[in-house]
Amino acid sequence: MSKQTALLDSRDSYVTADGRTIGPAVMEMQNIILRFGGVVAIQDISFDIREGEIRAIIGPNGAGKSSMLNVINGFYHPQEGNVIYKGEVRKPLKPYEIAHQGIARTFQNIALFKGMSTLDNIMTGRLTHMKTGMLAQALWWGKAQKEEVENRAFVERIVDFLEIQSIRKVPVGRLPYGLQKRVELGRALAAQPSLLLLDEPMAGMNVEEKEDMSRFILDVNEEFGTTIALIEHDMSVVMDLADRVVVMDYGRKIGDGTPDEVRSNQAVIDAYLGVSHD
Amino acid sequence: MAAAETSAARRDTVPRLLTFNAEHYADKPAYREKEFGIWQSWSWAEAKNEINKLATGLLTMGLKPGDHVALLGRNRPYFYWAMIAAQTNGAVPVPVYQDSVADEIAYVLAHCSARYIFAEDQEQVDKILEIQDKLPELKAVIYLDEGGMRKYDRSQLHSYSDVQAAGENASQKQKADLARREAEQTGADTCAMLYTSGTTGQPKGVVLSNDNIIKTAEASSDFDKLNVNDSVLAYLPMAWVGDFIFSMGQAMWTGFCVCCPESTETMQHDLREIGPSYFFAPPRYFEGVLTNVMIRMEDAGKFKQSLFHYFMDHAQKVGGNILDGHAVSASDKLKYGLGRLLVYGPLLNTLGLSKVRVGYTAGEAIGPEIFSFYRSLGINLKQLYGQTEASVFITQQPDGQVRSDTVGVPSPGVEIKISDSGEVFYRSPGTFVEYYKNPKSTKETKDKQGWVATGDAGFMEKDTGHLRIIDRAKDVGKMKDGRLFAPKYVENKLKFYPTILEAVVFGADRDMCTAFINIDLQAVGNWAERNNIAYSSYQELAGNPDVYKMVQKHINEINRDVAADEMLSGCQIHRFLILHKELDADDGELTRTRKVRRRVIQDKFKELIDALYGGKSEIFTKTQVTYEDGTSGSISATLRIEDAVISSAQETAA
Repeated sequence: MSKQTALLDSRDSYVTADGRTIGPAVMEMQNIILRFGGVVAIQDISFDIREGEIRAIIGPNGAGKSSMLNVINGFYHPQEGNVIYKGEVRKPLKPYEIAHQGIARTFQNIALFKGMSTLDNIMTGRLTHMKTGMLAQALWWGKAQKEEVENRAFVERIVDFLEIQSIRKVPVGRLPYGLQKRVELGRALAAQPSLLLLDEPMAGMNVEEKEDMSRFILDVNEEFGTTIALIEHDMSVVMDLADRVVVMDYGRKIGDGTPDEVRSNQAVIDAYLGVSHD
Repeated sequence: MAAAETSAARRDTVPRLLTFNAEHYADKPAYREKEFGIWQSWSWAEAKNEINKLATGLLTMGLKPGDHVALLGRNRPYFYWAMIAAQTNGAVPVPVYQDSVADEIAYVLAHCSARYIFAEDQEQVDKILEIQDKLPELKAVIYLDEGGMRKYDRSQLHSYSDVQAAGENASQKQKADLARREAEQTGADTCAMLYTSGTTGQPKGVVLSNDNIIKTAEASSDFDKLNVNDSVLAYLPMAWVGDFIFSMGQAMWTGFCVCCPESTETMQHDLREIGPSYFFAPPRYFEGVLTNVMIRMEDAGKFKQSLFHYFMDHAQKVGGNILDGHAVSASDKLKYGLGRLLVYGPLLNTLGLSKVRVGYTAGEAIGPEIFSFYRSLGINLKQLYGQTEASVFITQQPDGQVRSDTVGVPSPGVEIKISDSGEVFYRSPGTFVEYYKNPKSTKETKDKQGWVATGDAGFMEKDTGHLRIIDRAKDVGKMKDGRLFAPKYVENKLKFYPTILEAVVFGADRDMCTAFINIDLQAVGNWAERNNIAYSSYQELAGNPDVYKMVQKHINEINRDVAADEMLSGCQIHRFLILHKELDADDGELTRTRKVRRRVIQDKFKELIDALYGGKSEIFTKTQVTYEDGTSGSISATLRIEDAVISSAQETAA
């Protein structure tokens, strides 16, 4: 086990230096082991994600970060260990159950509907909030009409929040990469998740796009109080954004704590800079 | 007579115009804004209610008559209301260019000792916080958009709606105080203070009275028969006098509707949805749109292309004449009608100009081809000449007398004289009161009889009475051999080429003229794509030999053109280079209204100018650049210098 930071009890809450309240743990990973055949992707990892915090998972390529994210959202079910979400041990989930549990995510390689407009893409994020049947929606009648108008209004709030008014009706395939990432964030936000997972939200972006995205991530966390777990390569970004950081290497956890603690952790420095074997 | 006098007396300040409109046009739309994807509207009665709440709120916060209230944000109804709310209190609104960096804003805010500032969002609030220690008089910042400001210190920061709520909860005495403040005002009181963009030196605060604004608005509205059913898209900076006259003066006088776009990027789209009947845009805008149309037409199919060109040729021939009411044969009229059905109508609709009844352009010279393109489509596009100190209008073109090379006849109530040195002077009801805290400049600009120096050199055409502007008076100089040097005249000709975005010509006290060129990345980029020329940046494209050849060809043409005019034949460009960066307001090379700052460029690129005159064929240079967020970096490049062909007057004649 790596050295744990002086953590509070998982049920306590505390107030950060910048005035946000971090609540009790919404998700706890207990001794997770995930195998693909003979390959052990995740080896005995434990950590928690607290309500209202920005939690980063970092590590070199192949460290098992994306697998970890898939365990968090329930797409992978670990062979050993428990995932405790909102106080309950999670059982293996069917896809629609995954969608309904209140965890939304973005993808490392953008997974939008390229031929659909920005609006329509974000509307798909509202799908789990719609209750009327297919027939009523096709006829756009009665409750279905009211429901669509309400959801459309909600989507407009997101469009306003992400400042993407000018691309509302543009097919996302025609948008530059940075904007597509923003639309994907919009779709995840549309689901009103209690936990938002971001898989390399800054990958392939230029400095200005990174600055914009950082601001949106902070704003989402601040304005909506959304708990965020993110994977990122760009260390400087992570250190500025995250409240706490988990560091992984070869499927193991080698560090966990505030950015400052992680930065001075020898195991982390070795993993990132390499060590001489003499 | 007495009744007429009292009713006129009731319309001598902006708050009284508001009351008048709320009584006479209560249910007519006064403001529209697109928000959350939908056009929201406010009638005059609703607008008055909103403004009243805000004005009372400001009073409860301690706003005093004579205070300056600065505004930092894009065109939104809330900001227009804030201006009127300030005026109702007898305070002076000072709109500021919202894309300026903090340092530029600091000068203006400190100079007018702004006590209250309306800021649109976090970005603007951050700028104010950054320069707060330079603003000892500042009492409160009022913001519209809360986003990102949760952690901010609230002692001086108030939300717009909180101020309005305070206004609703105000005591009877406070409400009575506001009514008294409003009643005490006269037409001679200050209506607004607008800072000139400052082509030279620091910006100057131009004080305009209610009389200036309202009399100018009245005369100009009558001139173009603007009325309560018109509408305008407010998208040009609020700090610019033009927007103040169109969206404030004329809108308040006639009661027409002011529409605000959703964001700067959606302007074109919003324009199309609103379809305003009254439209103003700088020549740059019309150029940009035309370039876009042409680029898109080149991508269209053969049939569409031929249809477009066939009918556009016809429009060029008769469109202008039809617009001016000249006689046109019945068959030509019929063909034009068909063209409208097939080409002009759909095109205008796409551009959002279908309903434009009166269109104006000003600020720079407009290319004759561009001007006639729009007029031939049936848009009544005209030119005007004006400046902040005149409450805009000095001259404008009456319907039926529109030409691209003049700026029109004196506006109603304006007198014009040309000094011996060729500088244009005017005197009008719109003439400004003074430069704020700058009696020296006021004296230099405005004489005792009220004549104001425009700083522009020009002349009146004898037979038509139209004014023609040559250049800035101080820029018109002499070359070493005494020939006339009018850089802007040549630069404008260069800029009429869609591929050339900006040009700066040098030659004062020299024996020949040289030029810096900025290419238009969009137009040249498209051309490069067509010709299989690969490039990765502006810099690379600008240095491409083929691009140089193209620009060289343009300059040779200009030289031939300039040589034809004996007086200006010395202004032919002998050598030129294409700059490695776009001239930018953030780097101080252009003003916020995108006019070239000659002196700054001369100092900054001194080594390049030396190279142009030193006979070198290339030069290595390194330039500081400022990014939008205020940080800076540098770019370096090796620039080629090319010669152009010089024409003699005889050649042109032959």
